[in-house]
Amino acid sequence: MSAPRLELRHITKRYGDVVANDDVGLAVAPGEIHAILGENGAGKSTLMKVVYGAVAPDAGELLWDGAPAAIQSPHDARALGIAMVFQHFSLFDSLTVAENVWLGLSRTVSLREVVEGIRGKAAEYGLDLDPDRPVHVLSVGERQRVEIVRALLANPRLLILDEPTAVLTPQAAEKLFETLRKLAATGCSILYISHKLHEILALCHQCTVLRGGRVVASCDPTRESTASLSRMMIGAEPPRLERRPANVGPLALSARGLALPGHDRFGVALEDVSLDVHAGEIVGIAGVSGNGQQELLAALSGEDPRADAGAIQLFGQPIGRMGAAARRKRGLHFVPEERLGRGAVPSLSLANNMLLTRHEALRAFGWIDRAALRHQASGVLRRYWVKASGPAAAARSLSGGNLQKYIVGRELDAVPKVLVVAQPTWGVDVGAAAQIRAELVALRDAGCAVLVVSEELEELFALADRLHVIAKGRLSPSIGSAEASVEQIGEWMSGLWTGGPGQAAALAGGAR
Amino acid sequence: MIRLDVRQVPSLRMSVLSPIIALAVTVAAGGVLFLALGKDPVRVLSMFLVEPFNGVRALTELGLKCTPLILCALGLGLCFRSNVWNIGAEGQFLMGAIAGGGLALWVTNASAALSPWVFFPLVVVAGAAGGAAWAAIVALLRDRFNANEILVSLMLVYVADLFLSWLVFGPWKDPLGFNFPQTVQFAAATEIPRFVRGMRLHWGFAFALVAAVLMWLFMFRTHRGIQLQIGGPAPAAARYAGFSSRAAIWTTLLISGALAGIAGAFEVTGPMGQLTPHVASGYGFTAIIVAFVGRLHPLGAVLGSVVLSAFVIGGQLAQSRVGLPASVSGVFQGMLLLALLGCDTLIHHRPRLARWTWRAAP
Ligand SMILES: Nc1ncnc2c1ncn2[C@@H]1O[C@H](COP(=O)(O)OP(=O)(O)OP(=O)(O)O)[C@@H](O)[C@H]1O
Ligand SMILES: [Mg+2]
Repeated sequence: MSAPRLELRHITKRYGDVVANDDVGLAVAPGEIHAILGENGAGKSTLMKVVYGAVAPDAGELLWDGAPAAIQSPHDARALGIAMVFQHFSLFDSLTVAENVWLGLSRTVSLREVVEGIRGKAAEYGLDLDPDRPVHVLSVGERQRVEIVRALLANPRLLILDEPTAVLTPQAAEKLFETLRKLAATGCSILYISHKLHEILALCHQCTVLRGGRVVASCDPTRESTASLSRMMIGAEPPRLERRPANVGPLALSARGLALPGHDRFGVALEDVSLDVHAGEIVGIAGVSGNGQQELLAALSGEDPRADAGAIQLFGQPIGRMGAAARRKRGLHFVPEERLGRGAVPSLSLANNMLLTRHEALRAFGWIDRAALRHQASGVLRRYWVKASGPAAAARSLSGGNLQKYIVGRELDAVPKVLVVAQPTWGVDVGAAAQIRAELVALRDAGCAVLVVSEELEELFALADRLHVIAKGRLSPSIGSAEASVEQIGEWMSGLWTGGPGQAAALAGGAR
Repeated sequence: MIRLDVRQVPSLRMSVLSPIIALAVTVAAGGVLFLALGKDPVRVLSMFLVEPFNGVRALTELGLKCTPLILCALGLGLCFRSNVWNIGAEGQFLMGAIAGGGLALWVTNASAALSPWVFFPLVVVAGAAGGAAWAAIVALLRDRFNANEILVSLMLVYVADLFLSWLVFGPWKDPLGFNFPQTVQFAAATEIPRFVRGMRLHWGFAFALVAAVLMWLFMFRTHRGIQLQIGGPAPAAARYAGFSSRAAIWTTLLISGALAGIAGAFEVTGPMGQLTPHVASGYGFTAIIVAFVGRLHPLGAVLGSVVLSAFVIGGQLAQSRVGLPASVSGVFQGMLLLALLGCDTLIHHRPRLARWTWRAAP
């Protein structure tokens, strides 16, 4: 074989005391799909940013097609044919999908060509995407698709994907894999980061495992199992989720005939959504992102207080018009899907981010007891295994999974009466994901009403006692997750339940 | 070509260096400007950079100029951090001057026997009320009708200015003043107490410094202060937390209006001693530059006000001594703001030399 497409030697990157990458070496052959595996904060994203020129390493060298290359900026990287999908998206909210893609391309293409290009690629790879929609109305799943299509449009020779499937449905992920396999067959190399081990088994040819910034193993994933990969990564297999049957209590959160017009012509309108969540149970909502999840969550959390007062009830009290703070005071906590900018303010310290939803450290007149606040934040860091330099670290300096753990931990730590959570384990490593799920179940057993909205069916089946599906702004009836099958939920996702929006064929059975 | 690459982490070194580089660039460009105007650049620059600090009297005059700038810039910094673009501090300053001046006029006419130390807190309240009421109009229009606060606050400057003119040309005119558009000289009881007899620097300066410390505590040590600052950089997080954007508009505008109003009241009961049509001297606008030079930080506002006061005093010196047009001093201030904003790019971006490449579309 010829020289590897990309070779890294002795890459080291420090952030203060933290060694994010420590003497890392790896090689990627042309046409190879190479997995980078590691727990949260292992240094995967940092390594990819080094390759893409977004982070300058402190030491080490990089070879491209066998020759030393100096990649000092993403511009240089793109010139070599490297494209990257970042873990945290880099899209401008006020621009449309096409305009965002256009920005990254060379100046000689017209916007119309870009629109056609997006339509073409989206159709070719089965990624549903409307180039004319403004980015701010898109869900994270849709934004992920934009990033992927943007990367594909560059016809890269090396494609870096940092957790591309974290918020994709299994079907969409499967389509993406076909895309990636086709792409690899044409000689494009792919660096692939994911915490979903079965994806790595199914997709990748090579695998490098990082731990604490160092390479601890490299292997051929086709000869491994999820259990063995997990052992390489975290030194153990994730514990199985223990759960007893739900001990369902009184009604906690309910929606009755909730209808909301879309915010603008691109928003999804909610129609006649009815939903019950009782104390002591976990209710899951499945669906392809962009079908009204965002709108439903905003209406339930109080970020969008336009609903009729009585359409949403908390312990029998109408709360439809209350703001988020008032609902939180009544025991309803919420974990949003966007971590940076919504669940946390990137520039603020972790301690100050506590103040978004927690007021225990406040004294008279809103005076902040800083010692108490730091103590509270440290408690969450410790209890939820967040790797961070301390409560003074800025939210944006955390690795994606660690910030997710912090935000989920902050809300769990509040011991809510009702918890609404979107994508609870987004970007979290297998070990920590198992722990978060166990905490959610423990919360349920303690009598909390939990509503989980996720695109990960597997997670929903493991967690939820009952399942709903959301499609085109309508909510399906609920079905016990023990009685439901993946196929049936998949059909419902296209709106094919009795009376559902995709009612071409009225399906009988299953619903109750 | 110079290209800018986004820095992964904002450079700490640059956030300290950037104001210094900006000052250096401004001084260099100013030197060229003065040379082009046929003046001795060293002499003129020393009027801006040395003489305002030369001696006790000069320093007290500097402190006198700093007082309204600090007060106005404190409020503006809070507004700007909350994404509320109040640029009409000048109008709020004027309404505070009218309220404070009106109170002084009333005391003067009533010949009330009053200690200046009793009058001091009264005039603070009057100025604050006048300024806050003016800013409340902006808040109301923004809140109820979503009117752009930039336009509204700016327009209200001219309304306030004309209102003041009407007062001093009409009902408040000194009957024995040979028809000059001004009020009577206020009674001694209404004068803001001075630090030292014979110097114009008054206790309002100490008030401004205390206000800066209180503002710092408010912004970084209270829940409300943190809430206000989240609406700007992360509106979705503010909505998620349930912090009301309406409350942010009202709070920031009322606070900044009150502070600007106090500055105006100090100005007319301190150095001026009467109301004239010329109370508006641009402090409210200069304070915008002060706020940014001070990085929208309360303690930065104090430092920024020193720089800008020196520029104002230097401009006056240069006008009287070498006949430099007054507008040049304004140009000089503007250059500082421009240079500062330019240098700020360096905090988040790394400049580097690069070839200009046009690549064909893939
Ligand atoms: N800008 C930064 N400033 C300070 N520390 C940083 C910064 N970026 C990353 N780090 C630290 O470097 C380490 C590696 O982070 P990185 O984002 O590479 O992890 P990761 O392997 O991608 O984790 P995840 O699976 O959670 O995405 C972490 O401990 C993180 O806190
Ligand atoms: Mg990462």
